[in-house]
Amino acid sequence: MRILRSLLLLAALLAALPVRAQAPDPFAGFAATGFDGIRRAIEDLAGSGNKQAEATIAALQAGRLATTADGGVFIKTDDGWRDARTGAAATPDNPRPVRLNNAVRAAAAAAMGNLTLFSADAGTRLRAAEAVLKSRDPAALPALTRAIAQEKDSSVRAAMDQARAAAVLAAPDTSEAERIVAVGILRGRGDLDARSILASLGTQPPAVAEAAATAVTAIDRQQQLWALGQGVFYGLSLGSVLLLAAAGLAITFGVMGVINMAHGEMVMLGAYTTFVVQEVIRAHAPGLFGASLIIAVPLAFLVSGLVGIAIERGMIRFLYGRPLETLLATWGLSLVLQQGVRTIFGPTNREVGTPAWMSGAVQWGGLTITINRLVIIVFAALVILALMAALRFTSLGLQMRAVTQNRRMAAAMGIRTPWIDAMTFGLGSGVAGMAGVALSQIDNVSPNLGQGYIIDSFLVVVFGGVGNLWGTVVSALTLGIVNKFLEPLAGAVLGKIVVLVLLILFIQRKPRGMFPLKGRAVEA
Amino acid sequence: MRHATLICVVCLLGLTALLACLNLFTPASSPVHVPIYIVSLAGKYLCFAILALSVDLIWGFAGILSLGHAAFFGLGGYAMGMYLMRQIGPRGMYGNPILPDFMVFLNWKELPWYWHGFDNPVFAVVMALAVPGVLALVFGWLAFRSRVSGVYLSIMTQALTYALALAFNRNDMGFGGYNGLTDFKEMFGFPLQADATRVGLLLATAIILALQLLVARYVVASRFGKVLIAVRDTESRTRFLGYRPEYYKLFVFVLSAIMAGIGGALYVPQVGIINPSEFAPANSIEAVIWVAVGGRGTLVGAILGAVLVNAGKTYFTSALPELWLFALGLLFILVTLLLPAGIMGLFRRRAAAPAEADEAGADEAAPQLTKQDA
Repeated sequence: MRILRSLLLLAALLAALPVRAQAPDPFAGFAATGFDGIRRAIEDLAGSGNKQAEATIAALQAGRLATTADGGVFIKTDDGWRDARTGAAATPDNPRPVRLNNAVRAAAAAAMGNLTLFSADAGTRLRAAEAVLKSRDPAALPALTRAIAQEKDSSVRAAMDQARAAAVLAAPDTSEAERIVAVGILRGRGDLDARSILASLGTQPPAVAEAAATAVTAIDRQQQLWALGQGVFYGLSLGSVLLLAAAGLAITFGVMGVINMAHGEMVMLGAYTTFVVQEVIRAHAPGLFGASLIIAVPLAFLVSGLVGIAIERGMIRFLYGRPLETLLATWGLSLVLQQGVRTIFGPTNREVGTPAWMSGAVQWGGLTITINRLVIIVFAALVILALMAALRFTSLGLQMRAVTQNRRMAAAMGIRTPWIDAMTFGLGSGVAGMAGVALSQIDNVSPNLGQGYIIDSFLVVVFGGVGNLWGTVVSALTLGIVNKFLEPLAGAVLGKIVVLVLLILFIQRKPRGMFPLKGRAVEA
Repeated sequence: MRHATLICVVCLLGLTALLACLNLFTPASSPVHVPIYIVSLAGKYLCFAILALSVDLIWGFAGILSLGHAAFFGLGGYAMGMYLMRQIGPRGMYGNPILPDFMVFLNWKELPWYWHGFDNPVFAVVMALAVPGVLALVFGWLAFRSRVSGVYLSIMTQALTYALALAFNRNDMGFGGYNGLTDFKEMFGFPLQADATRVGLLLATAIILALQLLVARYVVASRFGKVLIAVRDTESRTRFLGYRPEYYKLFVFVLSAIMAGIGGALYVPQVGIINPSEFAPANSIEAVIWVAVGGRGTLVGAILGAVLVNAGKTYFTSALPELWLFALGLLFILVTLLLPAGIMGLFRRRAAAPAEADEAGADEAAPQLTKQDA
């Protein structure tokens, strides 16, 4: 009896084998006239594991798939036709293109997602998982489950898990427990895609709906935190730009008390130095382009610094003790420098390139961090630290501090005060030049470059407290962050106006800034 | 000084009257005929002279270096511009009897509240005085009360005009945005394109400038003016003597802002446009250099400087446009380094030389503005 049963089973299996081999042709469905039929055909084909499935569905998406009256399916290529079943070249008889509608397109996209889930390339698999996440196609569930089982890359696997969760929630017949787990996985993803899935689940068991609602709130809170972080990054970025522009001024105006309205033009000279350096490198040593900015930094320091020393020796030293006259004369100088640069380099913006290592952005959690902004933040920090170290630890810095605190006593101790004046002014101008290298990356390099920063720079220095480098740092970063947080509330221009008005009011309250210097030196 | 003022008033009125007659009563073919564009140009210079005079009143006599005085000039101009805009009525491009063209263009349905009343010329003129005056009152009260002075005050006035420039550039503000207000038709019932109206405006500007000069002269020559000069030279000492420097400064600052506002109100009908570029920080600084060239603290010098520098600008920008900024920049540098008392200082020295003027006289001509902690 048992033998008989075994034999019967064997017979049944043997009978089944040819049936399986002659399984319904997955390509036949494309001949269907209705869109529903075509959609089913896509799903069948994708599920069949046929080698030609990917090429066929891709052709369908591109509108290059055609059928003939005798059930042939063909792919139109640039130079003829190929049989979709075999991939061999063919000449179809009176081919009729397979029509598409949105449902068919969606099915094709989902099917492609399933097909690429098993690609050898991790990036392709990741994209496929993301595609399923967006389509939330329950039909992809079996494929996803298989893919997850064999996935080795943990980040791709996480994406697949999330995609599976999305599909589970969309599927009509999954259990409540499974759904709640799925909500948890999507909540862990925590981005806007996950939120939109969770917020539009349709009818769900009450427990699942509740879990989804909590998850949406949690994601919203997390998104707000990321947005806050992004705002702080933008603010720091703007603040570091302000800091760079104001750092030199913190020396010439803050430490020396000279109102240099041509300060912006020192920045502009630094930017044009970068331009010249890049032009020379482009012409003679294209391989060095990546290092052009690093080469430009010391050169810009030298160019602006030397111009600064020349200004001090030629003009400002005659005007010490007459701040308002200094203001007017340096303003005149700024006009001359602008027009000089305009005459030499032309009035239009000059192209300053960004080296490859500075372009692009990285994604860090919910933050998008542009590399050039990050480099500028780091550069600003380095410049300030170097400046503080120079004032603190070098003998020149010591002499500078001595002269600004008590000029006559310093002179009596044998310090050549006029020389120190020139050096201090040169240092401040040189720092402005270095700022110009950084600003050439984010602003138009034109003769008017410096003018845009002069008012802001003075306000930064005054707000921070004259003569106080730390005050300048705090003030620049504060203004940058406040400005960036006002922008979404009030718009960029109105935000800036509000900041200006707040600053004006603040200086009325505390005329010496946030961190005023105290002691006898201030009154002297 | 009184002689200089009188000479200035006589020359001013005489020359403008001469210009007016040569335009109106000589045929176009005559060699002495003055074309109408010269009349408008002269009117523009005199408006700038009003601005310079107002700057000199505070910089020369109270030591307040405002780098934002063009803001008051511009506000006065906008008040007048709004009146002129309302006068266009249905003759605008879109033919809307109430809304100015730019509002129709921006799809605005009704007039913003702050535009109401500007169809009345008296109201507009009052606003041209009141808006700059009130702004100066608030700003000055805050600044002088907390003893913000010197360079800090200059930077803040600069920030003020910068903020206004940004604000008026916004379309949402309802002042025509970047393009400002233009395409005016008539003023107080007189068509603005007519030669007679332009000559009339020139004469009115000259008369108002002369009146302002007399008022300013009266203020600085009075007991009030003496205290003001004391504040300029040593503010703390004046305070210790029992005066309240902030009130003196505030009064003269508001007066000066109103004067500048009048200048702006006269400027707009003569140039036919007002836009946010009038608030550009550079404009205010340029006004200061007019005063420096003419001679700070002389009042007459401010008028002279404004007319001369602007005549130079007109010449340079048409003949040698690329050299104008060089010329203006060098003017700034040379005047501050070599000619601290300006053109009036030259006159003074020459007049005083035979009488062996002592150093004190020269010092008075070139008011010291040493920072007290310098």
